[in-house]
Amino acid sequence: MDKTQNNRAWFLVLPVLLLVAFSAVIPLMTVVNYSLQDTFGNNEFFWAGLEWFEDVLDSDRIKDALGRQILFTGIILAIEVPLGIFVALNMPKKGFWASFCLVLMALPLLIPFNVVGTIWQIFGRVDIGLLGYTLAAMGFDYNYTSDAVDAWATVIVMDVWHWTSLVALLSYAGLQSIPEAYYQAAKIDQAGRLAVFRFIELPKMQGVLLIAVLLRFMDSFMIYTEPFVLTGGGPGNATTFLSIDLVKMAIGQFDLGPAAAFSLIYFLVILLISWVFYTVMTNLDKRDGA
Amino acid sequence: MAQITLSKLAHSYYPNPKSDTEFALKEMDHIWDDGGAYALLGSSGCGKTTLLNIISGLVRPSHGRVLFDGRDVTDAPTAERNIAQVFQFPVVYDTMTVRDNLAFPLRNRGMDAAYVKKRVDHIAAMIGMEARLNHKARGLTADAKQKISLGRGMVREDVNAILFDEPLTVIDPHMKWELRTQLKQLHREFRHTMIYVTHDQTEALTFADKVVVMYDGRVVQMGTPQELFETPGHSFVGYFIGSPGMNFLDADIQGSQAMVNGLPVPLAAAYGPIKGRSQIGIRPEFVTLTTGQGLPVTITRVEDVGRHRIIRGEVSGQTMNIIAPEGMAIGADLTHVVFAAESINVYADDWRVAPLSTTRRAA
Repeated sequence: MDKTQNNRAWFLVLPVLLLVAFSAVIPLMTVVNYSLQDTFGNNEFFWAGLEWFEDVLDSDRIKDALGRQILFTGIILAIEVPLGIFVALNMPKKGFWASFCLVLMALPLLIPFNVVGTIWQIFGRVDIGLLGYTLAAMGFDYNYTSDAVDAWATVIVMDVWHWTSLVALLSYAGLQSIPEAYYQAAKIDQAGRLAVFRFIELPKMQGVLLIAVLLRFMDSFMIYTEPFVLTGGGPGNATTFLSIDLVKMAIGQFDLGPAAAFSLIYFLVILLISWVFYTVMTNLDKRDGA
Repeated sequence: MAQITLSKLAHSYYPNPKSDTEFALKEMDHIWDDGGAYALLGSSGCGKTTLLNIISGLVRPSHGRVLFDGRDVTDAPTAERNIAQVFQFPVVYDTMTVRDNLAFPLRNRGMDAAYVKKRVDHIAAMIGMEARLNHKARGLTADAKQKISLGRGMVREDVNAILFDEPLTVIDPHMKWELRTQLKQLHREFRHTMIYVTHDQTEALTFADKVVVMYDGRVVQMGTPQELFETPGHSFVGYFIGSPGMNFLDADIQGSQAMVNGLPVPLAAAYGPIKGRSQIGIRPEFVTLTTGQGLPVTITRVEDVGRHRIIRGEVSGQTMNIIAPEGMAIGADLTHVVFAAESINVYADDWRVAPLSTTRRAA
């Protein structure tokens, strides 16, 4: 075997390497760089070691934000996933109304995030907003700018309005892929509606639901724009979720070191929880196949 | 177990069918006897599955009624009809074990646990799945899944009928034979009314007491395998049953003889005047090559299929297949064919015409 060695082919990989370097590695390393140093201005940096990480992990402010974040993500998943499945089950299977529903469901997904925030910001106002004015007129003491519970309710309803469509559309695609013979067999076997859902529809939707839950988890865990526009994190810190807190810290207070450490921990938490979700749900699948 | 009556039954997928072609099933009146084993035979798209789904209640017929033992069930839902049906492609409940799959129809009817266990064990033994009863159905191969589907179809003892929609398509040939034998045995044991849809004539002829041949949304003949072979009621039955199918020759029928291209062919009985396109039909098994007697034939090909030989040829420009015994010398002197007169059928516009007077059994 007389092969000529020619390693110049490695140069072909260079463009991709550069692309990935500038799009991911270098920005990330900048953050790592900030997280390990301290500065007193004048572009002079001092080595800080793991100090910022310790600070962040000790900080009550960040723990509170994390608690609020977990509560928010938990609530919207608990609402959006069952609601999305329910909507998908009740959508027409074919014909004009099926297309109509699909377009209607896709609309909220097409609206820019800050526009969604603005829509609800105005919609909920007690003086001019349809929702706020109506609730106030009906005698409810509703005001999302001053009441924490009202603010939470508004943020959650807004997210449900914005994102349930995604779960519904994914579930709908899953349902559409079930062959008619399954429903016919269920009729022959005299299975009830609940059994059809439990033994046919749900197992067949498992794959798309995994994706739906992962997407909704990641997106909601990183939510920033809509609550920022709607409540600005208030009243007080009531709706200050992790991203909002991070931006306050990095840009508001210009604490680059802690903010960088916070970003890295934030990123690892999302990665870890997504990995756990994925592993648990795919293993459920494997155990069934045994 | 029930006698199934189809009364003026027709079905169209169009809301207001205008012409005959818009009907998936053309009007039919048939009685399917209680305890009969029927095979529904026909080429793809001829309406077999539609008919099956109408009987099981998955499709509501647009015209006519369906009766079980005289009771009108046209508007009754599938559950109320108590029918078992097995589909062409395996349907299993993925997340359940094999045992739960088999028990599902029984549990849905609220049977007690001891009875369910007894039936499930019995059926599992029948389909050869005892060892895998506690496995999840998800990981099984296609033919194992289809066996579960079959098992689910047979697990209820009190069903009115069991319908099979080409159930053995995905099963390998050896297992196919075995399962068909078991179905047959099951039928002998319990005398369920069974309807078996297939496009494979061997499958139909070995399974059924009566074969129902469908063509273009119409039942063209319902009879025993022997009747279908000897007296096909429609030229489609002649083509479809038998290998190779029946030979058809355009002919003028004049009393008890047919004129093919000016040459006489004697018939076993006399026929009245024929309206429309008249043909005679003769099975390749009843055609004999001769050295000069009968109609002239041009031989184009000889195929040896083992037990016999198939000779492909032409008589006055029309295809003529002949089955010759193994070992018979096919010489250049064999230039003519004669037909066994009692095996010739006469057709007018594709439908069989009964002779005026005959000693033969009527179709």
